[in-house]
Amino acid sequence: MQTENYIIEINQITKVFGEKTVLDDISLKIKRGEFVTILGPSGCGKTTLLRLIAGFHAPTAGNISINGEDITLVPPHKRPVNTVFQRYALFPHLNVYDNIAFGLKLKKLTKQQIDRKIKASLRMVGMIDYEDRDVDSLSGGQQQRVAIARAIVNEPEMLLLDEPLAALDLKMRKDMQLELKEMHKNLGITFVYVTHDQEEALILSDTVVVMSEGKIQQIGSPTDIYNEPINAFVANFIGDSNLFDGLMLRDKQVRFCGVDFECVDEGFGEGVPVDVVVRPEDLYIFPTSDAAQLTGTVQSCLFKGVHYEMTVLYNDYEILVQDYHPYQPGQEVGLIIKPADIHIMRKERMANVFAGKIVDDRHVEFLGRTFECPAISGVEAGTTVRVEVPFNGITLQANEEDGTLVGEVQSILYKGDHYHLNVLSDWDEQVYVDTNDVWDNGDRVGIRVVGEKIKILTP
Amino acid sequence: MNRKLSVLLFSRKAWVFPYVAFAALFIVLPLLLIVGFAFTDETGAFTFENFSNFFAQSEAIHIFVYSIGIAIVTTVFCILLGYPAAWILSQSDMNRSQTLVMLFILPMWVNILVRTLATVALFDFLRIPLGEGALIFGMVYNFIPFMIYPIYNTLQKMDKGYIEAAQDLGAAPWQVFLKVVLPLSLPGIVSGIMMVFMPTISTFAIAEILTLNNIKLFGTTIQENINNSMWNYGAALSLIMLLFIGITSIFNSDDKEHSNEGGGLW
Repeated sequence: MQTENYIIEINQITKVFGEKTVLDDISLKIKRGEFVTILGPSGCGKTTLLRLIAGFHAPTAGNISINGEDITLVPPHKRPVNTVFQRYALFPHLNVYDNIAFGLKLKKLTKQQIDRKIKASLRMVGMIDYEDRDVDSLSGGQQQRVAIARAIVNEPEMLLLDEPLAALDLKMRKDMQLELKEMHKNLGITFVYVTHDQEEALILSDTVVVMSEGKIQQIGSPTDIYNEPINAFVANFIGDSNLFDGLMLRDKQVRFCGVDFECVDEGFGEGVPVDVVVRPEDLYIFPTSDAAQLTGTVQSCLFKGVHYEMTVLYNDYEILVQDYHPYQPGQEVGLIIKPADIHIMRKERMANVFAGKIVDDRHVEFLGRTFECPAISGVEAGTTVRVEVPFNGITLQANEEDGTLVGEVQSILYKGDHYHLNVLSDWDEQVYVDTNDVWDNGDRVGIRVVGEKIKILTP
Repeated sequence: MNRKLSVLLFSRKAWVFPYVAFAALFIVLPLLLIVGFAFTDETGAFTFENFSNFFAQSEAIHIFVYSIGIAIVTTVFCILLGYPAAWILSQSDMNRSQTLVMLFILPMWVNILVRTLATVALFDFLRIPLGEGALIFGMVYNFIPFMIYPIYNTLQKMDKGYIEAAQDLGAAPWQVFLKVVLPLSLPGIVSGIMMVFMPTISTFAIAEILTLNNIKLFGTTIQENINNSMWNYGAALSLIMLLFIGITSIFNSDDKEHSNEGGGLW
C-alpha cells in the first residue's frame, strides 16, 4: 500500500482563529524519513500548521493522521513527535542535563538508560561538557543545541522544528544548517522544518512546501520549486527573479516587455495573460549588438562576491541581471533570454472580483461601501451581482482618510515596470492593485476605486 | 539666589532629602528606640533582664510559638486556597481576569477592623462559636489577597512555551503542573509567603475580635505590655519578633536571587 510510506497525512485542514482563517483547506503528505520544509512569509500559517501537527491546536476542520492513525484529537503528550521551539523554551529551573532528561524521566527509564541516552544526544549536538550548566548561562546557539538534544533524545518518529535558527547570527546559522542536515542523515527520522528563509529551505530540504495566506502554493523538490515556480508568488519568494506581465500569443510564443519571445511552454491558449519569470542568472548580457533581443542601459552594478548584479533599463522595464562580468552604469548592453529560461505561469487572477449589490442605476455596493459606477441598465436595485475592477482601477492613498476604505499592504510583487500589491481591506477582503508608487509591507493605505473602471457582471 | 544653592536645590539628589528625613524620623529612630528600650530597665539603666524575663516565662514563649503556629497554618491555607485561585485568574482571558482580580482586591478597600467585625457578625448569625477556627478563618480571609496576587503575577508572566514544551516531551497535564508550573511559580509563592506570614505573626486586632480576647497572639502580648506602660519588656518582645521576621526574610531572599522574577508586591 502506498500509505505505508507516509508518516503523516494531513487532510483538508482548516484552522480559524476568531474571524481569521489561518489555514485554508491544507492537505499534505510527508514521507517517512523525509526532510520537509514549510516555507512562507510571516503570517502565512506555517507555524500554525506545525502546531497542529504537534497537537497544540485542534483544527477547525479536517484531520491529521500519523502512521495511518487519526491523531486529530490526541493531546500533545501522547503524540510520537517532539518539537524544537523557536524560542527554545528550555526550562529555566533545570540545568542542561535535567532539561534533556525531562522526557526520559517521564518514560520511567532507569538512571543508567537515561544517562546513556543523554550522553549520546549531547555528543550529537556537540555539547558534551555542558551537562551541569544553567541554561541561562548558555549562548543562543548553545541553547539551540540543548533544545535539539532535548527533543531528539526521546527518539521521536518525527522532529518538528519551528524556525530553530531564526535567532542565531548568520555564521552560526550556516554552521547549524549543515549540522542539522547531518543529524537528519544520522537519525533517519522525519524532519518537518518551518522557516521563512528561502535559502535555508533550499539548502536543507528534500521537499519544500511553499505557503502563503493559509494556502499551500507549491510542493516540490528545491530544484523544482526554484526552476518551475507554479505562480508569481513562489517565483518571487524563492530566489531573485524578474517578474513580468506577459501575453501568451500562441503555443511557444509569449510577449512581455513589449517584445515577442520564443518559449517552450504550451497549452495556455491564445491571447491569454500570463505571469512570466526570468531568473537574473539566466539572462545573457553583452555589449550591444544586432543579436540582442532587448537593448538597454545599465543603471547600477553591484559586486556580490561571486557575480555582479546589474539593473538594466529597457524602455520602462527594470531587468535584474547577474553575470560574472561587470558592465558599468550608463553602458548600452544587449540581452538575450533562451526559450527554456522563460518560465510561464498561469495568472491566479486577471482582475478583482467582488460580491456586490446594485443600489440604483448609478451606484453599486461592494467592500462594504457604495461606489459610483457607469450607468447600469436593466438591473433592479437590490440585485446581487459580481463586480469586476481591474488592478489599475484601484488607487492607493497615503492618507487613510483619502480613501473610501482603509487597508494594509500585505505583499508586493515587482513586475519590472510596476508593482502588483495585495492589500487586505478592513472589510477583510483582498484587493489587488497595480501601481507605480512605492509602498512597503504593512503600510496603512486609503483605497479608492476609479468609478469608470467598475464593471458589473450581471448574474 | 547663589549658584551653589540652586544647584543643590534642583539637582536630583536634593529630591531624596524628604524621604531620607521621613525614613530617619519614622523608621530608623523608632527602631533605635525599640532597641534602646529593650536593653534598659525603667530607670534607664542597661540590662538584659527584659530578655531573660521572656525566656524565663513559659507562658510568653508558649504564646510566641503558638503565634508562629497560627501564622504557619494561615499561610498554608492561603497557599492551598490562593494558588488555585491565582491559577484560574492567570488562565482566563484578559478582561475577565481583570474583573476577577478586582473582585479579589475589592475587600481590601474596606478597613481591616470593619471586615473583622463583619466576620464576627457573620459567625454570630450562623451561630458558629468564635475561637481558634474563627481566628484562622479571619486571618486567611484577610490575608489571602496577598498570596493570590504575587502567585497570579508569576503565573501570568510565565512563558506558555514552557508548558507546551513539557507537553511536547510527554508530560500529562498533572505532570506539567508538578514539574514545570509549580517550580516556575515558586518565586511567586515565596513572595506570597512573605506577604502573609510576616504580618500574621504580629496581628493582634483580628485575634482579639475573633476570639473575644480568649486567644492571645504574640502581637496581642506586645500590645498589652505597651498599653500597660511596660515599654521595656514590650520593646524586647518587639525586638525578638523583628529578629525572627528578619531571619525568615533573609532565608527567603536567598532563593530570590536565582529567580530573576520575584513577581510579587514585595
